[in-house]
Amino acid sequence: MTEFLDALVLARLQFAFTMACHIVFPAFSIGLASYLAVLEGLWLLTGRDVYLQVFKYWLRIFALVFGMGVVSGIVMSYQFGTNWSVYADKTGAVIGPLMGYEVLTAFFLEAGFLGIMLFGVRRVGRRLHFAATLLVAIGTLFSAFWILSANSWMQTPAGYAVNAAGQFVPDDWWKVVFNPSFPYRLVHMVLACYLTTAFAVGGVGAWHLLRAPANAGARVMYSMALWMAALVAPVQLLAGDQHGLNTFAYQPAKVAAMEGDFETREGAPLILLGVPDADAATTRYAVEIPRLGSLILTHEWNGEVRGLKAWPRSEWPNVTILFFCFRIMVGLGFAMIGLGLWSLWHRWRGSLFAAPWLQRAAVAMGPAGFAALLAGWLVTETGRQPYTVYGLLRTADSVSPLGAPAVAGSVAAFVIVYFAVFGAGLFYLLRMAGKAPQPEEAEPQAGIPTRTAGITPAPALEPHPAAGLSS
Amino acid sequence: MAFDLAFIWAGVIAFAVLAYVIADGFDLGIGILFPLLKQKHDRDVAMNSIAPVWDGNETWLVLGGGGLYAAFPLAYAIVLPALYAPLIAMLLGLVFRGVAFEFRWRTERGRFLWDWAFAGGSTVVALCQGIALGAFIQGIKVSGRAYAGGWFDWLTPFSLVTGVALVVGYALLGATWLTMKTTGELREEARRFAFASGIGTVALIGIVSLWTPFLNPIFMSRWFAFPAIVYTLPVPLAVAGAAAALFGGLRAGRDVQPFAAALGLFVLSYIGLGISLYPEIVPPGITIWQAAAPDKSLAFLLIGALILVPVIIGYMAHAYWVFRGKVDVSAGYHD
Repeated sequence: MTEFLDALVLARLQFAFTMACHIVFPAFSIGLASYLAVLEGLWLLTGRDVYLQVFKYWLRIFALVFGMGVVSGIVMSYQFGTNWSVYADKTGAVIGPLMGYEVLTAFFLEAGFLGIMLFGVRRVGRRLHFAATLLVAIGTLFSAFWILSANSWMQTPAGYAVNAAGQFVPDDWWKVVFNPSFPYRLVHMVLACYLTTAFAVGGVGAWHLLRAPANAGARVMYSMALWMAALVAPVQLLAGDQHGLNTFAYQPAKVAAMEGDFETREGAPLILLGVPDADAATTRYAVEIPRLGSLILTHEWNGEVRGLKAWPRSEWPNVTILFFCFRIMVGLGFAMIGLGLWSLWHRWRGSLFAAPWLQRAAVAMGPAGFAALLAGWLVTETGRQPYTVYGLLRTADSVSPLGAPAVAGSVAAFVIVYFAVFGAGLFYLLRMAGKAPQPEEAEPQAGIPTRTAGITPAPALEPHPAAGLSS
Repeated sequence: MAFDLAFIWAGVIAFAVLAYVIADGFDLGIGILFPLLKQKHDRDVAMNSIAPVWDGNETWLVLGGGGLYAAFPLAYAIVLPALYAPLIAMLLGLVFRGVAFEFRWRTERGRFLWDWAFAGGSTVVALCQGIALGAFIQGIKVSGRAYAGGWFDWLTPFSLVTGVALVVGYALLGATWLTMKTTGELREEARRFAFASGIGTVALIGIVSLWTPFLNPIFMSRWFAFPAIVYTLPVPLAVAGAAAALFGGLRAGRDVQPFAAALGLFVLSYIGLGISLYPEIVPPGITIWQAAAPDKSLAFLLIGALILVPVIIGYMAHAYWVFRGKVDVSAGYHD
């Protein structure tokens, strides 16, 4: 029994590790793809070359990020079977087609438009190239649509039946795809991708402004990113609140763990800080605001908020992880809003580019989006425990029949290989971002294989009278 | 044999796997031959000859895996844990190899490291796929709806032979690809590799083919019982024909014929495998109909696959057409 538990814990560890390494890349590429479309649109609209310059600067980084996302994604598509075979057998008929559409969408995109977007500016003309950039941005959103639909179905399953073999089978595809938590999760996640990208871009812009305050490209990055912080971060607060209310309706135990509530109360306080102690079923050193918890979750001063004790312990998720990760995410969210307001103040005073402390703060907040993204992902997925399909299929009943040593071996191999490979990738990324944007930004070099060139990068290498290989 | 959704999906996945094996096969073969190419210039040319197409080739692996999960979840759930160690090693090999393509051009100092990542990753991928194939053919222990064997069941003399066979076979595909795509000394070197790996491939196909029927009496009856033998006999004859075309083409110094013949060997071996296995998707005993998802799932994804897969194939065919002919060595491809 203990050995089985170990194998389960190891399998969860492996999935969490490989997923955490993967998720940051697609999140960044979703945000960057939309950012690049906006930049190119602004360039076409205004004719200002600085937009094209910033476009080319981030295009090269997009190429590397997207490539690492593809590489780490192949692992994910096999891991459901290798490590979660019972889950795969039971959910394949429902989740499989959703993921199948994600894969098809991604490849359709790679086959058609990435090559043009990366290498085709001079080849296909401005309008067509802009169309390709737009399609890539839309395509990344479609991928997000399908993968989040699959993920949401695990949280709030709907539209299914169970057959004689104990498998979930589709009953109503519309209800499966648009399951109750999906719209909220999609909005919250896409905004998170945008904010993650905005703060990374703003951090890079601020870094270069601190060294060269007149750099036009860095100014564009910095200013656009701070507009995003000022406008989108507050919207994300509202979206997150709505997502939380949806979770409260469908997964109240998750919310209880996020809030650190053990007791069921009417007029529950909002616990700001504290240390939850699951063994003693209490949150120690709690700093709380009376009644605010009920007000937020039920919109009534005396609304009832169920605490974890309302469920047997076997239904509890890991309170410590949820409680702290939720506070990290929300705390970073408020810091983002704060930075946005601060930038509005300087913008109003006309001192946006002459505020070194704001720039330093923007540099410090550069990785904030990634941290918030990972913390939020941990909240929602750890909060789904102890189930893989919420309320229906327990995690312990989902795992492959593998021995602990086999899984331990693969966990170790993944950790070593990922640190080596993605460590090197991060190093190359930071080196690229460390170079200040120049008026004459180079495009991705034709002839050098770029993973993101897509699966048919013909435009990249096709001999062309203007810029052929042999020229 | 019923022409239903499960049968169509078995065909789609069989096609994806075959497309993967022959397409990624030759670019993995380049990786396997990489350490044998002594000149840095030759290695650059070899890598450039596959740079535009290798990523698309790997697409089929993901489509095959994703399709299996959606269409035959029971097979996906039994086969993947049974082949755990070789599959994980294969995935890690693919990671190394995939990033090596890109990272290699971003560093001077570290280039030799990524060269080794490329060669080592490719060889590990080929070996693990061959081992996984052998273990799969041998049969997988099932109890209820789950894999019931140990986590070293995949390691047998037969699976080791199939592992080596796939490394040698991919090397043949790579060598004939280079023969087709390059000129001069590199081409002569590739031809020598093609001869050696061709002899090895044909010999190993023979060994595996003779061994397979003895693994399972059902395989034996599918091959040799009358009237099946009327349909199966042409397969080994065609293999002999493809081998003759391979060596004849190499001796005559032809460009395309050896590569086409090597592809033929792979396609015929694949057909032979199909004869042994069909209609089982998890040997022994689980058929495609037992493992299939309900029609509602199969139909839902089939709509997307029927629209998008032909488009993807079209784009890929276009890429190969654009890059047809010899790699231009004189061009400063990577400076």
